[in-house]
Amino acid sequence: MSSLLEIRNLHAEIGGRKILNGLNLTVQRGEVHAIMGPNGAGKSTLSYVLAGKPGYEVTEGTIAFNGEDVLEMTPEVRASKGLFLAFQYPLEIPGVATMSFLRAAYNAQRRKRGELELSSPDLLKRVREIAKRLEISPEMLRRPLNVGFSGGEKKRNETLQMALLEPRLCVLDETDSGLDIDALKVVASGVNHLRSPERGMVVITHYQRLLDYIVPDVVHVLSAGRIVKTGGKDLALELEATGYAKYQGEAA
Amino acid sequence: MAANSVIRAIRTPAELGLADIYAATRSKLPGGARTEATRAAAFNAFAAVGLPNARSEAWKYTDLRRLMQDAKPLASPPAAAERARARGAGAVFAEVDARRLIVIDGFFEPELSDLETLEPGLAIRSAAKALQVDEPLFAHGLGSIVPTYEPTLALNAALAADGVVITIAPGAVLKRPIHIVFVATSQKPEAIYTRSLIVVGTGAVATVLESHEGPGRLEYQANSVLQLVVGEDARVEHIKAIREGRHSLHLGTLLANIGARARFSTFSFVTGGATVRNQVFAHVAGASAVLGIRGVNLLSGHQHADATLAIDHADVGGQSRQLFKSVLDGEARSVFQGKITVRQQAQKTDAKMMARALLLSDKAEADCKPELEIFADDVQCGHGSTTGALDEQLKFYLMARGIPDKEAEALLIQAFAGEAVDAVEHEGARDALMSATREWVSGRG
Repeated sequence: MSSLLEIRNLHAEIGGRKILNGLNLTVQRGEVHAIMGPNGAGKSTLSYVLAGKPGYEVTEGTIAFNGEDVLEMTPEVRASKGLFLAFQYPLEIPGVATMSFLRAAYNAQRRKRGELELSSPDLLKRVREIAKRLEISPEMLRRPLNVGFSGGEKKRNETLQMALLEPRLCVLDETDSGLDIDALKVVASGVNHLRSPERGMVVITHYQRLLDYIVPDVVHVLSAGRIVKTGGKDLALELEATGYAKYQGEAA
Repeated sequence: MAANSVIRAIRTPAELGLADIYAATRSKLPGGARTEATRAAAFNAFAAVGLPNARSEAWKYTDLRRLMQDAKPLASPPAAAERARARGAGAVFAEVDARRLIVIDGFFEPELSDLETLEPGLAIRSAAKALQVDEPLFAHGLGSIVPTYEPTLALNAALAADGVVITIAPGAVLKRPIHIVFVATSQKPEAIYTRSLIVVGTGAVATVLESHEGPGRLEYQANSVLQLVVGEDARVEHIKAIREGRHSLHLGTLLANIGARARFSTFSFVTGGATVRNQVFAHVAGASAVLGIRGVNLLSGHQHADATLAIDHADVGGQSRQLFKSVLDGEARSVFQGKITVRQQAQKTDAKMMARALLLSDKAEADCKPELEIFADDVQCGHGSTTGALDEQLKFYLMARGIPDKEAEALLIQAFAGEAVDAVEHEGARDALMSATREWVSGRG
């Protein structure tokens, strides 16, 4: 069976500026990989390239997801095949109620996969169960998507979407940014709830703190657009103590 | 003497045609001596200046002289065939349990209208009847807020033969909305002039819906005026859906006089018509009145819709909100002109206006002109305007959740328009406009 995610020699640029520079990464089902690195290393670019954000141009290399070429797929096809990006800065969409958005997303993915849509009451029930676990109030679900939500509420809402859509690969981009310790615990517990032998995770973070709560199997250091070091969860602790300077030197 | 000025000023085929039509019709229009004199004065005022063009500030973006190329003959009272064609009109509010009043080709049809079991305090008549006894239907009584020369109002005063006159007694609470269904049924190009009056008594409560529609293939012209007197402490919501045929010209004017502590809101929803000019002149006559003027334009092709609003705060403590949203596809164009006047005695006025346009094509155009004229020193007034394309970041966020391209766009367009539609208080009418919005969005390419 092919790997869940296999990135080979990935080069990507935005607006002519080269960001990823020969990145290799393989994630197997059931594994949680952390990608750490200094600002400007290409962490967010990697997440956007995976999700298919317009404007990011892949100039070389391949991304295979369950053995399929991701680069040929539009963002919504990637999503319906089970690739989920939890945004570092979830967007506010005035006029779209959170629940309507969840319904549209959930049923669009089902349709794309040739599955039957879920009825509104059934879907509402599922959403409420997940929301309860993430301490999201029914009132929040009625509000326009992310509008006026605090940083913590937005990240909990991302986690809710992830739990509802049950992706095969979760890419978490700086999920800890803007979170206080209580919110971080809620989100981390929501993420841990989704860990399963069938699902892989790529946790992108600048700080080791998040990895106290979402404990990775593998830790990578990303610097100047490629992975420069790979290790176990202890590597995160080492980075916390010594900083990234050493790896930035290596990359240059 | 007056005749000389008429001859000098009239130039275009439309202006000449209007003069011919007025000359041929004036003796047949309903009204006694006083009404006749009003009509003559109105037409002379029009004839002296003619149709406005882009050099006139109020018509800067809607060059009526260019857009109204000829004068269509006046529509005749409907016969059986017209009545049959009018069936099903007003469908936009079909789901609303409303009292429907039918106006076909400008003529009120009592037999087709729901005039049964009128609520206590509610009276409904035809404007033609009111004019016959010289009721002052043409006295707008709005002081300086209406420009001395307002061409569409002048033409309407000169040529309107019918409409609806509704009075709601003080304290009457109408549970069912009144829906005035204006429908053009002709099979040849015609002009329709209607003038209606609604007087809402002190403390009365009413919802008034208007819908305007007509044949899609035909060039016709509709000039529709509604005068609305909102009594002290009254609560009135007015909603106007303009779904005229795609080759038509709609000139609409709402004249509203709002009493103390009244709550009045008006909403216009424009999806139809080749050229639409919808004007609101609101005179906030009494203290502490609350006023909302809002609207949505959903336009495509070569449609042109102009919302021109003037609010006159004449007494203390008034609050007004204006919010207009336009979604423009193809080569469509929207115009927003909003003027707020705060008189010296109107201290503590709180007035805000906002116009937003969403351009779905690089050939669409939105023009926006806010004007504030403030003579009082203790007021809060603000205005703003935005014009832009669909937000690609938002679209990507939706697509990253599996929502396809077109569906993501539809959601964002609905959300954009929905923010304004949300302000409609009557739930049934709000739902009707939301589904009309969805329908428009799903109908685009």
